[in-house]
Amino acid sequence: MSENNNSIYNKALVFTVVALVVILVGTIVTVFVPMMTTAMHPKLENVTENPYTPLQLAGRDVYQKEGCINCHSQTVRPLKADVLRYGEISQPGESAYERPFLWGSKRTGPDLARVGGLYSDEWQKAHLINPQHFFPKSNMPKYPWLAEKQLDPVEIEKHAKALGLKYTQEDINALNGLTELDAIVAYMQQLGTYVENTHAVLADEAAFEQATNPYLNNQEKIDRGQEIYDLLCIGCHAANGKGSAEGYDVTNLTFAEALPDYTDGMMFTTIANGIEGAMPGHLRFMTKDDIWSVAAYVRTLAK
Amino acid sequence: MKEISGDSKIVMGYIYSALFWGVIGLVLGLLISAQMWSVSFNFGEYFSFGRLRTVHTNVLAYGLGITAEMGAFYYIIGRLTKRSLIFPKLAVFQLVFFNIVVLVGTLSLFAGYNQTLEYAEFEWFVDLGVVVAWVLFAINVLGTILTRKEKHMYVSLWYIIATIVAVAVLYIVNNLHIVASLGKSYHLFAGLNSANVEWWYGHNAVGFLFTTPILAVFYYFLPKSTGMPIYSHRLSMLSFWSLIFMYLWTGAHHLVYTPLPDWLQTLGIVFTILLIAPSWGSVVNGYLTLAPDWSKLRTAYLAKFFIAGITFYGLQTLQGPTQGLRAVSSLVHYTDWVPGHVHMGTMGWVVLTVTAAIYYITTRVYKTEIYSETLANTHFWLVLLGQIGFSITMWITGIRQGLMWKSTNVDGTLTYSFIETLVGNYPYWMARSVFGVIFIVGMLVFLFNFIMTIVKGKQNLSNQ
Repeated sequence: MSENNNSIYNKALVFTVVALVVILVGTIVTVFVPMMTTAMHPKLENVTENPYTPLQLAGRDVYQKEGCINCHSQTVRPLKADVLRYGEISQPGESAYERPFLWGSKRTGPDLARVGGLYSDEWQKAHLINPQHFFPKSNMPKYPWLAEKQLDPVEIEKHAKALGLKYTQEDINALNGLTELDAIVAYMQQLGTYVENTHAVLADEAAFEQATNPYLNNQEKIDRGQEIYDLLCIGCHAANGKGSAEGYDVTNLTFAEALPDYTDGMMFTTIANGIEGAMPGHLRFMTKDDIWSVAAYVRTLAK
Repeated sequence: MKEISGDSKIVMGYIYSALFWGVIGLVLGLLISAQMWSVSFNFGEYFSFGRLRTVHTNVLAYGLGITAEMGAFYYIIGRLTKRSLIFPKLAVFQLVFFNIVVLVGTLSLFAGYNQTLEYAEFEWFVDLGVVVAWVLFAINVLGTILTRKEKHMYVSLWYIIATIVAVAVLYIVNNLHIVASLGKSYHLFAGLNSANVEWWYGHNAVGFLFTTPILAVFYYFLPKSTGMPIYSHRLSMLSFWSLIFMYLWTGAHHLVYTPLPDWLQTLGIVFTILLIAPSWGSVVNGYLTLAPDWSKLRTAYLAKFFIAGITFYGLQTLQGPTQGLRAVSSLVHYTDWVPGHVHMGTMGWVVLTVTAAIYYITTRVYKTEIYSETLANTHFWLVLLGQIGFSITMWITGIRQGLMWKSTNVDGTLTYSFIETLVGNYPYWMARSVFGVIFIVGMLVFLFNFIMTIVKGKQNLSNQ
């Protein structure tokens, strides 16, 4: 080859230019050409150019700062199991104004695309400060410093301006005295709420109105119920069903005293469907059999 | 007393810097591996997983990877162009400057200044520094190549030129940001385009920081350390052009099943499969180079580093494309399978090839033999064991978790709550930390051997 003086391998400048052109072909076709298509600029009618309140914007910054993306994705895939676990498939228009996109690439923790409204604000705050209180075996770090860091309205105003988001001075001033914890929870509570989130499985409450728990006297099922309770329920409802201890402000979960008023059917549908904004539904990842088992165990707590 | 040449000092300066950052990056890697199985290894704001994982990847990519490549490139260019560096003082300035950039970048990531684009986390003020350093690097590399004394450019120079050009394009485009304040900027591209640009960058960062530069090193040092010429020049050409052409089309395989338009996902997957051919072109070329005399694996201690390295590269470039397929992606994406995959490339291909090159460079620069071949062999086997153990445990737990996420009951509900799928990872994550310790011990053996070789070389020089 080297005998041929006209060879590109003898001409460094030509070689460099040709290499650049070769690299640019795929770049232009897969990155820049799509930018010119409308499919890459999808819009949802209800996702406006200003999808965040100032507090939510500040919370998104905190989400970026703490590297939440290292463990949490924000994309529900069009796969049966994803939809069952997380809800409605992520739609292109939902992230139309996201700079950058925060879809993520790892689920050490669960996907958060539809976490908005799944839990109460109080639960989210308490969970961020001490995740192990709710899930003793969780590996999520504790984030106590979020509650101590005051937001800086002047800085957030700069961020809003850069993104072209228009807020009134009143909106900005309202951030005074709020913390990063308030902000990140506000951000999370709006995640996925621009699309109506119909979970694939919901228990039909009317159908269970007259149902009776088949496992009330079945010790094997009650033991199974305790196993599940200790893994999933104990964080909010404590070991005795008398609400959360350790001074967390999620104590309005006391159900032991209220149990006699609960029919078996009401217990089933509450566990299955959850309570909007307070308790997530569990039918997505518990069989009906397991729900009856937990309910049977819970009955033993009232005794 | 004799001294080593100015250019050699520059090369060694880059190697020292790379190893300094390497130690920090590896120790942090071990720490975050422990944070995965015990939350008690998180130490407050600056040492929590969310911050540290970002520091780990960036310190190793920029501090260890790029710095070592800069040193290796300057060494290779010095030989293949048959002349000294065109701007030696600029290379020294670039070394100091780039170290400052990596230091500022690292501290800023600890503090939470994070663009949240994977492998492009550095904020805009660090990006400016990276770009300046890269331009200085390009001026020196291209300037030296353009004024070379050897007319024909050997394969390694092709890969060096491609690396210089591609990284510049990738880094600048993906880091186009709207600056909001001193510490904060937002991606110029929004939504789907933000995702598409980022993974075009992200996948090609792997391509042009961990593939082409390491191939440049491989094509130079394999023949040098074994005395055997590369098997086929024609195959080198074919592999080179098809590799740098196809790589840029593949980024969307990171976005399978996301809201990105389906045709872009499919196009990315197709080119990912095609990419097996040029990747294996280099693998086959490497194997057949040694084919006339496999006993070199016994007699030339560095040969096994390069052959094991290219084997990991071959496995990596088969496993990667299979992961891109929709069916496989639906099972392993978002699980620990992926870190298992990535670390086979970094801990296997990159580390084995680069550490072998450093042995070779050091012995040549100081005109001496290696301090201990036995220690080099120990280093090799420990790194090999640590890497294989790391990846295999992650593949197992990735498949295990992927299957648990998908599992449904007879009534159509999910079998496992998320926390149940998580706690099953702990034994595997603990095992991974053990293999990480083995890997790091291997790297410490390497460091010791490297330092003792320099000590020996300096003694020889002063005795002359």
